Amino acid sequence: MTRRRCPWLLLALGVAVFSGCRIGRSQDELTLAGSTSIQPFADRWAEIFMEKRPGMGVDVQGGGSSAGIQACVSGACQIGMSSRDLKGDEKQLYEIVVARDGLAIIVHPSNPVRALAVAAVKQIFAGDLLSWGLLGGEARPITVVTREEGSGTRGAFQELVMGKTRIYSGAITQDSNGTVREIVAHDPAAIGFISLGLVNDQVRAVDLDGAAATEENIRNGSYKLVRPFLFISRGEPTGLAKEFIDFVLSAEGQALVKEEGLLPIK
Amino acid sequence: MAPQAKPGGGNRLERNDRLVRLALLVVAFSAVSVLLVITVFIVGQGTPIMFRYGLKSFLAGSAWYPSEKLFGLWPMIVGSLAVTAGALVIGVPLGLSCAIVLTEFSSKRVRGLIKPIVELLAGIPSVVYGFMGVIILVPFIRETFGGPGLSVLAASVILGIMILPTIISISVDSLQAVPPSYREGSIALGATRWQTVKMVLFPAARSGIIASIILGMGRAVGETMATIMVAGNAAEVPGSLLAPVRTLTSNIALEMSYATGEHREALFATGVVLFVIIMVLNTIANATSAKRRKQP
Repeated sequence: MTRRRCPWLLLALGVAVFSGCRIGRSQDELTLAGSTSIQPFADRWAEIFMEKRPGMGVDVQGGGSSAGIQACVSGACQIGMSSRDLKGDEKQLYEIVVARDGLAIIVHPSNPVRALAVAAVKQIFAGDLLSWGLLGGEARPITVVTREEGSGTRGAFQELVMGKTRIYSGAITQDSNGTVREIVAHDPAAIGFISLGLVNDQVRAVDLDGAAATEENIRNGSYKLVRPFLFISRGEPTGLAKEFIDFVLSAEGQALVKEEGLLPIK
Repeated sequence: MAPQAKPGGGNRLERNDRLVRLALLVVAFSAVSVLLVITVFIVGQGTPIMFRYGLKSFLAGSAWYPSEKLFGLWPMIVGSLAVTAGALVIGVPLGLSCAIVLTEFSSKRVRGLIKPIVELLAGIPSVVYGFMGVIILVPFIRETFGGPGLSVLAASVILGIMILPTIISISVDSLQAVPPSYREGSIALGATRWQTVKMVLFPAARSGIIASIILGMGRAVGETMATIMVAGNAAEVPGSLLAPVRTLTSNIALEMSYATGEHREALFATGVVLFVIIMVLNTIANATSAKRRKQP
């Protein structure tokens, strides 16, 4: 359950900090913390990395992008993970893009509307466009499904689609990609947004501004909803942190990115 | 620490007695002090932000956009009250009827069979109720009445069912606690069974029945998991029974995992409001039951 995650993170960070003290910041412990969108991928990287380098411990924590950046600044973790661009003071940190994730606008498979303009998506989520009838579908009210405030996916959607416009408060709110997909999969009138890698055949990703949500279209720039997955550290990474990042950027690390439905950096 | 009874050891027995009493006192107070610590913590974390932004904008503001520093809790306050009222509308008539049937209109065997089952209902985790709601109730509402299905109605029905065991078991206990002579007297005067229930048993068991409703209400206000799953969680005052709704508890649980800084404080403030609402509801309910008890 997500609501349990925070205390555990704090506890884990506390343990991480104290264990760091005890063994005097030895070189064979690496802690990552941050975006829960990146966490599952980082877990896989860590698993393979530890197999290749026995004796090395890589600990991956969630907590969200903002918490990850904070933990990185405070030194509670060596690598922070952020699924949004750095802003303001955060820009002083060292950042490197390790993968990219497309954002898919999803609808029920039975929905006759297969393509939308980004401007129309914006109107729908602002609560100004209320019926599928106006978009060439059946004349029924649109069920708008969004993520909760603070979520990285919502942050990315806000930035990429909404700009300064608010997501309207009457929208159904869910606290994970999975539940958003679940609702859209069962409600013929629903629309939502999730990570492109999580789209399955229960839902359909609509074309945006004429471009289908495919890797190719993201690469050639015609599909615009993409967010970076960033690794962050205080200053140029060294030692184990550098080794880990090098591994993630290697052909092997990037193959995993592709396998898991994300977009490799090259 | 078990006191040992030795002949002639009066002093020692007395000392042991005092020790045990002290130990029990410490244990009892530690339970109370946990409550105190929670209260102090929530109030300490939650109130500063309420006063920084003004109590009025917090309680009466209808925009909840923490990223824009807008912390209006009004939709969630209305949401919690609406869902709780809905749960009572569904749960109280059902629960009381069930309690009456069990105590007055069924054999001992039937009662012995049904009551444990009802009590077992209380042990089902709320996530299971929520899951059933999402799988069965929400699609039913969406297809029958329209709208997204995740709604005030869905939350009310699920919570109404969840408070049933509380209402039934406490009401049954208090109806059974009415002295048999009341029942016998009423029947002897020629009253029917239903008249006896309505005019003798109900008034006599009133305080227990009200207590059962208060406890049920407390569970409905405080329920989180099932509500998050079926209510839709839109931070807007619901316009109808079919509109999605967010309760105070859902607001905290939904956004807690990523909240930092003032957003986090605002969630603690949500907790403070919840705390106050529960205390007010309990006080009102207690006062009414006490007043009624005085006038026979």
